[in-house]
Amino acid sequence: MTATASAPLAPDSRQTSLLRFATAGSVDDGKSTLVGRLLHDTKSILADAYAAVERVTRERGGAGVDLALLTDGLRAEREQGITIDVAYRYFSTPHRTFILADCPGHVQYTRNTVTGASTADALVVLVDARHGVLEQTRRHLAVAALLRVPHVIVAVNKIDLVDYAEEPFAAIEADVAEHSRRLALAITTVPVSALEGDNVAVRSERTPWYTGPTVLDLLETLPSADETERAAASGGWRLPVQYVLRPQDAALSPEHREYRGYAGQVAQGVIRVGDDVVVQPSGRRTTVAGIDTADGPLTQALSGQSVAVRLADEVDVARGDLLSSASDAAIPVKHLDAHVAWLADRPLRVRDRVLVQHGTALVQGMVTGISGVLDITLPGGTLDSSIVPGDSLALNDIGVVTLLLAQPLAVEDYGAHRHTGAFVLVDPQDGATLAAGTARAATPGTGHDGYLSI
Amino acid sequence: MRDSPVSTTSVKSGLSTLEALEAEGIHILREAVATARKPVILFSGGKDSVAVLHLATKAFWPGRVPIELLHVDTGHNFDEVIAFRDATVERLGLRLKVAKVQDYIDDGRLRERPDGTRNALQTVPLLDAIADGGYDVVFGGARRDEEKARAKERVVSLRDEFGAWDPRNQRPELWNLYNTRHLPGQHVRVFPLSNWTELDVWRYIEREALELPALYYAHEREVFERDGMLLTPHPALSRRETEPLERRVVRYRTVGDASCTGAVESPAANVADVIAEVAATRITERGATRADDRASEAAMEDRKKEGYF
Repeated sequence: MTATASAPLAPDSRQTSLLRFATAGSVDDGKSTLVGRLLHDTKSILADAYAAVERVTRERGGAGVDLALLTDGLRAEREQGITIDVAYRYFSTPHRTFILADCPGHVQYTRNTVTGASTADALVVLVDARHGVLEQTRRHLAVAALLRVPHVIVAVNKIDLVDYAEEPFAAIEADVAEHSRRLALAITTVPVSALEGDNVAVRSERTPWYTGPTVLDLLETLPSADETERAAASGGWRLPVQYVLRPQDAALSPEHREYRGYAGQVAQGVIRVGDDVVVQPSGRRTTVAGIDTADGPLTQALSGQSVAVRLADEVDVARGDLLSSASDAAIPVKHLDAHVAWLADRPLRVRDRVLVQHGTALVQGMVTGISGVLDITLPGGTLDSSIVPGDSLALNDIGVVTLLLAQPLAVEDYGAHRHTGAFVLVDPQDGATLAAGTARAATPGTGHDGYLSI
Repeated sequence: MRDSPVSTTSVKSGLSTLEALEAEGIHILREAVATARKPVILFSGGKDSVAVLHLATKAFWPGRVPIELLHVDTGHNFDEVIAFRDATVERLGLRLKVAKVQDYIDDGRLRERPDGTRNALQTVPLLDAIADGGYDVVFGGARRDEEKARAKERVVSLRDEFGAWDPRNQRPELWNLYNTRHLPGQHVRVFPLSNWTELDVWRYIEREALELPALYYAHEREVFERDGMLLTPHPALSRRETEPLERRVVRYRTVGDASCTGAVESPAANVADVIAEVAATRITERGATRADDRASEAAMEDRKKEGYF
């Protein structure tokens, strides 16, 4: 096994699409080994990094190459043999470029799993074939459901330790299928041995009973979140205003003396020149007069693109405002009903004052109610039916919270609008990031799948 | 975008990887500048800082880049890189502040290390320059693919009064909602190229036709070999008798401090050649050319905890 043999030329990032995915799993499920295996089998490990891992494995009295050592980059991680914080890895195949958020498995680092999963188009959750779905697996699946990760891959690892038998896998697959139905998640289950390389990047002959795709097959073919969003887009678009571009130095570009562009990254949909616009929260209306980039004007801008929009009328628009299509406008609200993943050491209580960061807006908020906390140990429930009464949230708790906002914000239902439905809570005193929030539909009972309604 | 798909890729149904990375970098720059009191870009004239500065010109077009530039000069930099740095600053009409390690050595605040390398000495002048300049948001060109400690760092990284990074207590970073808030005395480091690889940077340099110091391309130069690296004669490096000088065709993958940055043998004379070379290389950028990262398993992590960039 050599990392240097027959390396393919890296694919052209001008042509390939980008998939962001995260890994999760309990401690000792072999997550770092799986990541190392993916990097190794896609020939993404360069020779000197591989040699260093070989050397350290040997120094520790091990044989061969401990692929987990490739990813544990911090001193404390190597000393303790566990992953503490998210590491980001980059690799590619001829079909796609990948950004991998390698998340820790420890319960105490669940907040890092939330960090990694918030930007993920897919989440790979490891399950030990000998132990099946554990509490921590359920916690990670709940995080995936909360964040609406478009696709989940459950890798049933260490299949070599159950002699490549179908029965343990089938039992776990059935268990996972039950979770996938209740949590409204799209989950694919794959039997793998990260250590031996079975069904990670290469189809295994030792699991002839499994005819599905390998983990890498799935990652190469899944639609990215942007692609999913574009396919499902109802026509409405959103652009949080980041920055008002007004060249202060007319001498630099005299032709832009009167220029006023609203800079931002398209959060959803496709903006076209001539579109009717609503500016939120003011509700003022105008039309798109132009879409600019430093490379020249565009006739349309896709979600994900960073552009500057010119408007036909001189309406008052500032950082923090949300431009949205008039045909399907975002509606500002002063009360928020949301799921909140609490990521801070100190607890969240009713009447706590927080800052709500939504898109490019930052407003004051107050917690007016905590209606419940997710109990991960309850069997057989949906995300909402597993909510039990509670009056505070502790570190790593997921709860249902109502917030009063000092100024209205166009926060939307996260299930339908992944960008404008997301927010974070910030400590007004020290600026710490406290929580990840996903807004629920404004009116109870409007969910179509039972997920949004209690 | 200049770079519309040319071949079989379907019509604009989505962004290519390079387009997505550029859009993300612009988003990060605008967010951080919009929430900063006084932002600064660390600009050395190296390829990554050139890419960051170019992103900034795009992010704030048609206006001027509303950010000052800062360079910590070890005194051992390549002359042509310094000349390139100054020409770029001049061309864009920006303001550059230079903090010199030499000044600190001259007045006794820092002492030369026995091995003559000054990379580790940059931290104090950097932190002083940040404090003196009143900078609260400091942009850098660091990429997570460079090194495994870097792989752990957030896009927005909170630093305390000592500039220290606490890898075990980083802020969660959710969606694209970057949090740049900090207390007085603290600052944040912001890395718009976090998700780029060395190859992405080169493809971007090609696509945008960016100029770089000529050191990045193949040229003949007198070098000597030490620890598998090709070093160039420099006042800061005492060559041993067992290290003969040879003329070889080399280029640099990074252009840092001349006392610890090595060249690689390469015939890659232009951007296209370099891209082909980087795409096929089997050695990491830092492994090939940075002596200070070889010092120990955790060399980079240890320096970052002390406030190193």
